[in-house]
Amino acid sequence: MKPTDVLCAAVMALMVPIPVQAADSILVQSTTSTANSGLYDHLLPAFSEATGIKVRVVAVGTGQAIRNARNCDGDVLLVHAKSAELAFVRDGYGTSRSDLMYNDFVIVGPLADPAGIKGQSNASTALRAIAQSGELFASRGDDSGTHKKESALWQDAGVDAIAASGAWYRETGSGMGATLNAAIGMGAYTLTDRATWIGFGGKADYGILAEGDAALFNQYGVIPVNPAKCPTVHAEAAQTFVDWLLSPTGQTAISTYEVDGQQLFFANAKAGGS
Amino acid sequence: MQSIGEAFSIAIALVLSGDSDLLAIVFLSLYVSVTATLIACLLGFPLGALVATRRFRGRGVLLVVMNALMGLPPVVVGLLVYLHLSRAGPLGFLGLLYTPTAMIIAQTILIMPIVAALSRQVLEDLHGEYAEQFRSLSLTPIQTIQALVWDGRFALLTVALAGFGRAVAEVGAVMIVGGNIDHLTRVMTTAIALETSKGNLGLALGLGIVLMVIALGVNAAVHGLRLTARRHAYV
Amino acid sequence: MFDASGQIARSAGGTMMPLRVHQLGLCVEGNTLLQGIDLTLSSGGCTVIMGPNGAGKSLFLRALHGLIEPTCGSIDWNGLPAAEATRHQSLIFQKPVLLRRSVLANVEFVLKARGLDRSDALAVLEHVGLAHKARQPARLLSGGEQQRLALARALATRPKVLLMDEPTASLDPAATRAIETVVAGACANGLRVILVSHDIGQARRMADDVVFLNAGSIAEHQSSNDFFDQPKSAAARDFLAGRIPA
Repeated sequence: MKPTDVLCAAVMALMVPIPVQAADSILVQSTTSTANSGLYDHLLPAFSEATGIKVRVVAVGTGQAIRNARNCDGDVLLVHAKSAELAFVRDGYGTSRSDLMYNDFVIVGPLADPAGIKGQSNASTALRAIAQSGELFASRGDDSGTHKKESALWQDAGVDAIAASGAWYRETGSGMGATLNAAIGMGAYTLTDRATWIGFGGKADYGILAEGDAALFNQYGVIPVNPAKCPTVHAEAAQTFVDWLLSPTGQTAISTYEVDGQQLFFANAKAGGS
Repeated sequence: MQSIGEAFSIAIALVLSGDSDLLAIVFLSLYVSVTATLIACLLGFPLGALVATRRFRGRGVLLVVMNALMGLPPVVVGLLVYLHLSRAGPLGFLGLLYTPTAMIIAQTILIMPIVAALSRQVLEDLHGEYAEQFRSLSLTPIQTIQALVWDGRFALLTVALAGFGRAVAEVGAVMIVGGNIDHLTRVMTTAIALETSKGNLGLALGLGIVLMVIALGVNAAVHGLRLTARRHAYV
Repeated sequence: MFDASGQIARSAGGTMMPLRVHQLGLCVEGNTLLQGIDLTLSSGGCTVIMGPNGAGKSLFLRALHGLIEPTCGSIDWNGLPAAEATRHQSLIFQKPVLLRRSVLANVEFVLKARGLDRSDALAVLEHVGLAHKARQPARLLSGGEQQRLALARALATRPKVLLMDEPTASLDPAATRAIETVVAGACANGLRVILVSHDIGQARRMADDVVFLNAGSIAEHQSSNDFFDQPKSAAARDFLAGRIPA
């Protein structure tokens, strides 16, 4: 056998395709917080056992998840930016949007709290205090659901944070975990969803300093991708998954998920989509 | 903040545990990067040999482009491949996005220029030695290229290793086209990125150490092979 | 073909390759390296090309082999121009160019490249006394063995003409004799040999006729006996007497 033959044979053997997504499996374009917190590891085995449908998850920022889904690269969208979600449905990419669950955002920072926001339950007041103190604030800066929420909060607070970009306002342009790492690395405050914070492994001397404002409410929605726009989607299996999530079984599974004894997500599906 | 020492003990514990998830990730990393390296070599060696042995119009431009593409950013490659393989892209009908095949394609594109440009250098030197003899033997261009690649095989092994090293270590391209899907497209580097983003720096570094040990093993094996070759004056 | 005795047997008709060179010249960047060369050689025997360094011996040999395109004149090998005659010839260099493979694989390589039966390779090695080293790495052989392997490889393709460029210049007498014995045997069996050599002793032993080149032109072309007894040109007389022209 010639060496070139051996090479060819080796490549052929290696190229035997690992099965491309089969009909009984669906792809979820998801925000990172749900994936990184371990929620899917808790939900998916039960769902797969009940239905025989495999679920694969691509965890990216909400903005990118929506863009990927608009490219038809997913069967279900699970994110947390309601107006963008509604636009997604309005443009025909999703069949319908349903509230799935919620938790809340919190402002974390160094426990020494140089900006003095500890115990503040008004998010706008807390952010104004940070801006006025000149202490650093780390922003996702990546068009994610958390970033959208943060921008809205700055607007409510009447602070033009973008004007201070590069000074005390630091846009990391990365995911929640990377932004937390960066914030802790430079001693900055930052906004994070509670689930990611609880599951985050490198808290160091950081803690939750401001929480409890109604404005910090964090709603997650779920949308099956529309087969009329994306003929390749596994519409039936996707609908089965969404129905399961919204069913009492799925909702109970979401609410019973705990990390370190704390509940991360609160199921709040209503009958029928919104 | 976790210490480096802790990362090492995590790495050792990881390896000793023989955790099946870890093994699957290691296997997929090797499968993707080794396959990409093989394909890149299959295409890159002949291309390098062609540029090394033939004079043709546009050769200079090709050389400059090949050398420049060695610095391709993985994220850019990932985006390009994503745009092609996405359902909305021209090759979307293949359904390859978020599969190991997509990762192989991205890594192949990433390292092909490295393999071609470095093998061109290696084979041009060798051709300088063989050219007159080969012309005397009236070899065809294909026979010349075959003979050069085979005789340069041990030097080319180092070239392949450079390509493999870049493939197995990159995260930007496989993250975008693979999606870091658990049990399907999660490889060492995307797992490290994930653990880092979860703040599990010790585990991330532990995985990194496992990756480095694998890279070390591959390099040691090739080095051993080259030593044998050197004893036979084949290098 | 290689027969049982390891000798090269040829049919007389198939090997005819007389040479006619007419007004051959080579200029490179304004320098005249070869000029006005006329030479006619019959299709058998051993011609030795001699001459001082820089006379153009190696260039002439490469031009005959089709490796160098002359700037004027013509080369005609039994009707074929040099570039097309290459495949009917073998060239041996002063420093053998061996592949980074085993001794046997070096011979097999040329057989395969020419579409010949690779199983002949061992017989060819036998012929030059290298069969016992067939599996060894070619580039670890001694200098003499390397040149014998180059010779085996050159003969394996059954050339009609064997061109040699100072093949023994860096070899000791024993290794030189081993090469000469094989070449003389092949020549006796009808192979046309053209040998460039500095070595007067070698020329006496091998040559049927001698071409003496000086400053890019043929100073004289005589039978071996006549050349060594009565060289006609001053350059050849100086060369044979070991005088260094001022």
